[in-house]
Amino acid sequence: MQPFTRIEGLVAPLDRPNVDTDAIIPKQFLKSIRRSGFGPNLFDEWRYLDVGQPDADQSARVLNPDFVLNLPRYQGASVLLCRENFGCGSSREHAPWAIADFGIRALIAPSYADIFFSNCCKNGLLPVVLPADVVDELFRAVAATPGYRLTVDLTTSEVRTPEGQVHGFNFNPALRERLLQGLDDIGATLAYAADIRAYEERRRQEAPWLFGR
Amino acid sequence: MSPRTLYDKLWDAHVVRAFADGSALIYIDRHLIHEVTSPQAFEGLRLAGRRPWRTDTIVATSDHNVPTVNRQSIEDPISRVQLETLAANCKALEITHYDLADPRQGIVHVIGPEQGLCLPGMTIVCGDSHTSTNGAFGALAFGIGTSEVEHCFATQTLVLHKARNLCVHIEGELGPGVTAKDIVLYVIGVIGTAGGTGFTIEFAGSAVRALSMEGRMTLCNMAIEAGARAGLVAVDQTTIDYLRGRPHAPQGTLWQAAETAWRDLRSDAGAVFDREVCIAAGDIPPQVTWGTSPEMVVPIDGCVPDPADEADPVRRQGMQRALEYMGLAAGTPMRAVNIDKVFIGSCTNSRIEDLRAAARVLDGRRVASSVRLALVVPGSGLVKQQAEAEGLHEIFIAAGFEWREPGCSMCLGMNPDQLAPGERCASTSNRNFEGRQGPRGRTHLLSPAMAAAAAVAGHFVDLRELA
Repeated sequence: MQPFTRIEGLVAPLDRPNVDTDAIIPKQFLKSIRRSGFGPNLFDEWRYLDVGQPDADQSARVLNPDFVLNLPRYQGASVLLCRENFGCGSSREHAPWAIADFGIRALIAPSYADIFFSNCCKNGLLPVVLPADVVDELFRAVAATPGYRLTVDLTTSEVRTPEGQVHGFNFNPALRERLLQGLDDIGATLAYAADIRAYEERRRQEAPWLFGR
Repeated sequence: MSPRTLYDKLWDAHVVRAFADGSALIYIDRHLIHEVTSPQAFEGLRLAGRRPWRTDTIVATSDHNVPTVNRQSIEDPISRVQLETLAANCKALEITHYDLADPRQGIVHVIGPEQGLCLPGMTIVCGDSHTSTNGAFGALAFGIGTSEVEHCFATQTLVLHKARNLCVHIEGELGPGVTAKDIVLYVIGVIGTAGGTGFTIEFAGSAVRALSMEGRMTLCNMAIEAGARAGLVAVDQTTIDYLRGRPHAPQGTLWQAAETAWRDLRSDAGAVFDREVCIAAGDIPPQVTWGTSPEMVVPIDGCVPDPADEADPVRRQGMQRALEYMGLAAGTPMRAVNIDKVFIGSCTNSRIEDLRAAARVLDGRRVASSVRLALVVPGSGLVKQQAEAEGLHEIFIAAGFEWREPGCSMCLGMNPDQLAPGERCASTSNRNFEGRQGPRGRTHLLSPAMAAAAAVAGHFVDLRELA
């Protein structure tokens, strides 16, 4: 996994509550058996005026000029500013894959859906939670300031604004460590293989029907 | 030991190791997989040179992108590759796979319980958010991402943070024509689509105890639509009776031991929940959604709400967007809204009881001529067989419905069953998100009986008034 330490980048605002993972990456692109290449289809139904197909030439698509990520001022954004309950619905990990593939490294929102949050952390995509009033303030600042950039720093658990404001955020220490170092979760868990086997032995006595076939 | 909730008991029984930060390594008893969220996990395993920890806990089915007609040859080459990849991965690792030729094939959350693969007291995962369905059996069941699928393959565990306990009590008797689907839509309307975020929801109370297992599965299925990764219902005689004799349920003396253990799978008297919500069953009318989030729901005799009445600006803007997307005007009575398509199916409502409820409404009636397509997609090959044995398919076909092969179908439209842009659908599925059933399609969620009634009328209708 790509580690996340600190980024300084252009901020794009997505001003809608309850953005679901169907909107982030529509179903037809879930037929892929790969982990990469979803970026061109991030927010496909909002971003394009035609209907996207996984086998079609993406460069021939008709862009929706009104969609925020298509506006010239937000090209190259690496921070996505979002509203409450971002990433709700389907558990598809294709959603964080698409966001990361598009070039976004960090999200800022008042809240996320649980599965989506977990999926982000497995992919080096940092989901920062800030209070709703702070997020509101950031939405206003982004709208008012072309080229608005933020520093998202996981080493200090801070978001820093160009005006010098510092917004601290909470992040689970163990998750933070994994993200900072880009650790392989499976390797870390397999260090406890003996515990897993001991649990199985104990459980087999208590509930033998769970070990039938 | 102090009184514990059902969720506490399930959690405690599966802790392999607790970590200092409050997270824990949790053992997984059952791992269900399907074609869409597993290929990258298998590939990751291969690239790392790892093998699955316990293949006997893994069961695969093909459901998301399978066609529901002409299944012998799958036309879409990309879908075909995904299905073939699942088959090849299962074959290589000797994982049980119910493929399209197997009568046990069907929607992953339907076949697990049907086969007795999902039992009380288990931890059950699948790379699919509606895994919460299995919580109806007093099992801790929740959806995971593909990285977690790979982690579970390799280690038989997941690193999890314990959720908080939320209990939704539904007490009293349901009114006529009111079903589990109406209960859960109503609950989501009350607590909101993020109301259960960070919680496990236990559904309790006399109205829940009175539900069949099918109804309880519908409730738990949509816990995720309230933001909760897992839903739960305590084990009782209904649970035990459903499981006895299922192909993978324990037998003989093992059954006796299991049954004894399962009967303790309920929240203790005096157990403390972090939040409790009380709902009177008699207050719940039949429900239908009007917008693009499951919380945007009203009673069938209600009207499309007016964003002007919403104080919160972010929510108001969301409502305005939803009205625009849905092509509806505030104040329109739901019963005046015409529909183009009807879909009866999905992991929420494709079990035998759902098909019986719809068929009861359709018996001797015809789908309105204005309805372009009415589909019934049974949840599994065995549900389909059962329905045909009862003659339900004849009722559906005589009414003008198409009787299809099992799969997820138009719930998410990964296969050819989709809405065309602008089409409006009465759907028994679980998500009314923008584009969910097809690009620019418009979805209204409701119960199977209500969907059948809408098919007959050509618009939403209070089933209690259907002549």
